[in-house]
Amino acid sequence: MIFTSPALSYTLLSPILILLGGALIGVLVEAFVSKALRPVVQLTLSLGTLMLALMQVWRIRGEESLTPAMGSLVIDGPAVLIQGSILIIAIISIFLIADTEQFTPLAAALPGSAEERQAEQAGNQVTEVYPLTLFAVSGMMIFPIATDLIMLFVALEVLSLPLYLMAGLSRRRRLASQESALKYFLLGSFASAFFLFGAAYLYGFSGSITFSGIQAAVVGGTGNDVLLLIGMSFLSIGLLFKVGAVPFHSWTPDVYQGAPTPITAFMAAATKVAAFGAMLRIYYTVFANAEWSWIPVISAIAIISMVLGSLVAIAQRDVKRMLAYSSIAHAGFLLSGIIALNKSGLDATIFYLFAYGIATVGGFAVVTLVRDSSGEVTDLNRWKGLGKRSPFAASAFALFLLAFAGIPLTSGFIGKFSIFSAAYENGATAVVITGVLSSAIAAFFYIRVIVLMFFTDAVEDGTAVEIPSILTRATVIIAAVITLVLGIYPAPVLDFITDLAIFIR
Amino acid sequence: MKWLSLLMLLPLAGAAIVSALPKGNDKAAKQAALGTTLVVMAATIAMAVGFQRDNVDLQYVESYAWIPSFGINFALGVDAIALVLILMSTILAPIVVLAGWNEAHGGRWSVKTFYILILVLETMMIGVFAATDLFLFYVIFEAMLIPVYFLIGGYGSGERSAAAVKFLLYSLFGGLLMLAAIIALYVMSGAQGGHTFDIDKLSQLQMSSTTQNLLFLGFFIAFAIKAPVWPFHTWLPDAANSATPGTSVLLLGVLDKVGTFGMIRYCLTLFPDASKTFTPLIMVLAVISILYGAFLAIGAKDIKRLIAYTSISHFGFITMGIFAMTSQAQSGSILYMFNHGFSTAALFLVAGWMISRRGSSTIADFGGLQRITPIMAWSFFIAGLSSLALPGLSSFVSEFLVLVGTFTRYPVHAVIATFGIVLAALYILIPVQKALHGPTTPGNESLKDLNLREKLAIAPVIAIIVALGFYPSPLLKVINPAATHVISQMGFTDPAPSNGGK
Repeated sequence: MIFTSPALSYTLLSPILILLGGALIGVLVEAFVSKALRPVVQLTLSLGTLMLALMQVWRIRGEESLTPAMGSLVIDGPAVLIQGSILIIAIISIFLIADTEQFTPLAAALPGSAEERQAEQAGNQVTEVYPLTLFAVSGMMIFPIATDLIMLFVALEVLSLPLYLMAGLSRRRRLASQESALKYFLLGSFASAFFLFGAAYLYGFSGSITFSGIQAAVVGGTGNDVLLLIGMSFLSIGLLFKVGAVPFHSWTPDVYQGAPTPITAFMAAATKVAAFGAMLRIYYTVFANAEWSWIPVISAIAIISMVLGSLVAIAQRDVKRMLAYSSIAHAGFLLSGIIALNKSGLDATIFYLFAYGIATVGGFAVVTLVRDSSGEVTDLNRWKGLGKRSPFAASAFALFLLAFAGIPLTSGFIGKFSIFSAAYENGATAVVITGVLSSAIAAFFYIRVIVLMFFTDAVEDGTAVEIPSILTRATVIIAAVITLVLGIYPAPVLDFITDLAIFIR
Repeated sequence: MKWLSLLMLLPLAGAAIVSALPKGNDKAAKQAALGTTLVVMAATIAMAVGFQRDNVDLQYVESYAWIPSFGINFALGVDAIALVLILMSTILAPIVVLAGWNEAHGGRWSVKTFYILILVLETMMIGVFAATDLFLFYVIFEAMLIPVYFLIGGYGSGERSAAAVKFLLYSLFGGLLMLAAIIALYVMSGAQGGHTFDIDKLSQLQMSSTTQNLLFLGFFIAFAIKAPVWPFHTWLPDAANSATPGTSVLLLGVLDKVGTFGMIRYCLTLFPDASKTFTPLIMVLAVISILYGAFLAIGAKDIKRLIAYTSISHFGFITMGIFAMTSQAQSGSILYMFNHGFSTAALFLVAGWMISRRGSSTIADFGGLQRITPIMAWSFFIAGLSSLALPGLSSFVSEFLVLVGTFTRYPVHAVIATFGIVLAALYILIPVQKALHGPTTPGNESLKDLNLREKLAIAPVIAIIVALGFYPSPLLKVINPAATHVISQMGFTDPAPSNGGK
C-alpha cells in the first residue's frame, strides 16, 4: 500500500490554520493561565488571531486555486469575500463578547443552585467562550469554500457545535437560555441528519461526493433525476435551517431571545454569511444546470419567508424576538439573490450579506446597552423615551433599523436595490414585488420602534443606558460608520466585490 | 460655475455651522439658519437670472460618477419647471425660518436640531428638483421623508407622532412601489444597451404597453400619494394639522410639489403612451379632488385642516392641468405650483400666528380680529383671496390658464371643475367672516398685532402674490417654452380654438 502525503497549499489555507491554532492555544490558556489573567489574555489572543487571519485573507485576495487541500476546498474570489466578511463581523462581535457581565459564571451549574452562587461570588468567568468563538469562526470559514459533501458536513458541525453551547451561557434567565441551547441543538441535529441524508442520495445520483462530480452528473443528465431531487431537497433543508428561512425558522426567535446578546449578534450575522456563502457556491455551480427544479421551490420559500417574517415581527413585544423575525424576512430577501443566478446576483448577495451582517451586530450591540439593575431590558415598552436618555444609543439603533428597512443613504437600500434588480433580471418578478411589499410592511415595525424611542415619553422604571466598555461603543460606532458609508458611497466596495466575485469550478 | 451643487452644498454647510454652535445658544442658531437660507436664496436668484428661457434643454448640467457599477451618476440639471420650483423653495425657506422664529421651542429636542433638520431638508428640496438621474431622484425622494418625519413628530403639536408615522408610512409605501418600477426600468436598460438611470436614455427604452402601464402606475401612485390626489390624500390633513406652521409650509408648499413635478418629469416623459391611456381616469380623479377637497374645506372647523383641504382641491387643479395635454393647461399647472407655494405659505403662516396668539386653532374661537389686529387680519384676507383665485392675485392667472387649457380638450371636466371656484369662495369667505369680522369673541380683546419680524416675513409673500397677479409674464415667459416642449414631446398639438356655436 502506498501512502501519498497530502499536498497542501499552506498560504491559501493560512487563515483557517491560524484560527484553529488560535483556538487550540485558547484551550491551553484555559488550562494553564491564572483566573485573574485569563479574560485579558483570551481577549487579546482572540482578537490577534482574528486580525491575523483577516490580514492573511487580504493577502490571498485575487488568488485562485481548485486544489489548496487535495480538491476538498477551493479558494477563489467569492471565498475570499465571504471569509473576509465573516472575520470582520467576528472581530466586532468579539468586542461585545468581551463584556463578561453577559455570561454565566459556571455553565455547568444548575440555575439557582449553590454552586452557581459560589461561582458568582468567586468571580468566575466563562472565558471558554473565546476559543469556542474561534472554533465556530473556523467552521464558518471552511463551510463556504468546501467542495465536497464530507468537508461541507464537517464544516457545518464545526461551526454549529460551539454555537449550541454558547447559546446556553446567558447569565440572566438561565433556564430560557438553556432551553434555547437545547432547542437549537435538537433542531440543528435534525437538520444535520437531513443534510447527511441528502448527501447520501446525491452520492447515489452521481457516484461522487465532490461538487465537480455531482455537477458533471447534473450537466450530463445521465443520473436518476429522482435521486437528484431527493438529494437536493434534503441538502437544501439543512442549509435553509441554518439561515432560518421559513418553514425551517422556528428555532430562530427562541434562540435569538435566549442566547446571551453578544452571542446572538455573532450568530445572527456570521452564520448567515457562512451559510449563504455555501448556498451561493452550491446553487451557482453544482446545481446551476438543474435550475428548473429548484428555482420555483426556493422562490416560494423566499416569498413566504419575507411575508411571514415581516408580518409576525409586527406582533413582537421583545426587541430580540423582533430582530429574529426581521432576520427571517432578510433570509427571504437574501434568497432572492440565490434565485437571481447571475453575476449581478452573486455580487449583490455578497454585498447584502456584509451590509446586513454589520448592521445586525450593531443592532444587537445597542440591545446590550439598554439595561436596568437586573440586566438587559428587551421589552420594547421599556425602550420608551430612549432617545432622551441616550441619544447615542437611540440614534445608532434608529440608523440600523433604517438600514434594515432599506431606506436610502443606508447600506440596506443599496443591498435591496441590487439584490432585487438581479432577481428581476432573471425573471423573478413575483419575488421582487413581494420583496418590495414586505419591505413596506417591515418598515412599519421598524418605524414603530423609532417612534417609541424618540416620540414617546420615558417611563421611570430604572431602565438606563450603560456603556459597559469602550469596546462595545467601538462596535456600535464601527457598525454605524460602515452602514452609512456603504449607503452613501458604496462604489469602491461594490467594485471590489464585482472584480473578485467569480466562482471557479 | 457649478451652480446646482453649490446650491445643495450651502445649506449643508449652514447645518454644519449650526451644529458646531455651543449648546443653548438658540439665537445664534436661528441667525445662522436665516443667514444661510438668505444666501441660498440670493444664489438661486443669481442662477435664475442666467437661465436661457428659450432653451428647452437641461441647463447648468453637472454629472459625477457615483456608483459606476450600476451606471448611477450624481447628475444635476434644470429645465424651466425645475428652476421655477427650486426658486420657490429657496424663497420660501428664509420666510419660513423668519416667520417661525419661536416655533422650535415647544419641541422634544433642541432648537439647534430643528434648524439642522430644516437646512438638511433644504438641500434635499433643491436636489430632488435638480436630479436628472432617476436613482439620485429616488434616493432624495425617500431620504427627504426622514427630516420631515422628525420635524412633524418632534416639533409639532397634538397627535404629532401618529401624524408623523402616518405621513411616513404612506410615503414609504408609494416610494416602494416606485422602487419596483425603477428596478424594472434599470433591468430593461441593461438589456437594451447598458445599465443607466439617465432620464433621457430611459425615455428611449422599448417596452410593451402592458409593462409601460404597470410601471406608469408604480410611479403615478407614488406621486399621487405625495401630491396628494384623491383617494390617496388621507395622510395630509393629519400631518398639516400636527406640524408647525413653518413645517406645513414646506410640506404642502414644496414637498407635495415633488408629486406633481414627478408627474411631469417622470410619468409623462418616461411613459408617454401609458400616460395617454390613463389620462381619462386621472382627469376624473383630479376633478373629484377639486370638489372633494373644497367640500371638506367648507365643513372644516379647524383652521389648519381647512388649509390642508383647500390644498387637496388645488392639487386637483394642478393634476388636471398636467394631464389635459395642452400647452396652456401645462403652463398653468406649472405656474400654479409656484403660486400655490406662496398662497399656502401666507395662509399657514398667518394662521400659525393667529393660533399661537389665541391658543386655539378652532375657527369659531376667533372673531373680530379685523378690529383688534388689523394687519394680521388683512394678511389673512389677502392670502385667502389668493387661495380662492381672485382676479388680480397670482392664483387667478394660473387657475384660469388651467381651466381654459383643459376646456379645449375636456370641456366637461373643465366645467365641473369650475364649480370648484364657487366652492372656494365659500370655504374662504365663511372662515374670513367668522374669524375676522363680526363681534369680537370674548378672550380676543387683548391679542397683539403682527410684530416687525412677522411683518417682514409676510410682506414679501404678499408682494409676490400681488405682483404675479398683475404681471405674471416674467414667469410665464420662462415656463411657456418648457410647457410647449413637454406637450410636443408627447405628440400633442393644441386643439384649434373653435368659434363657438356659430
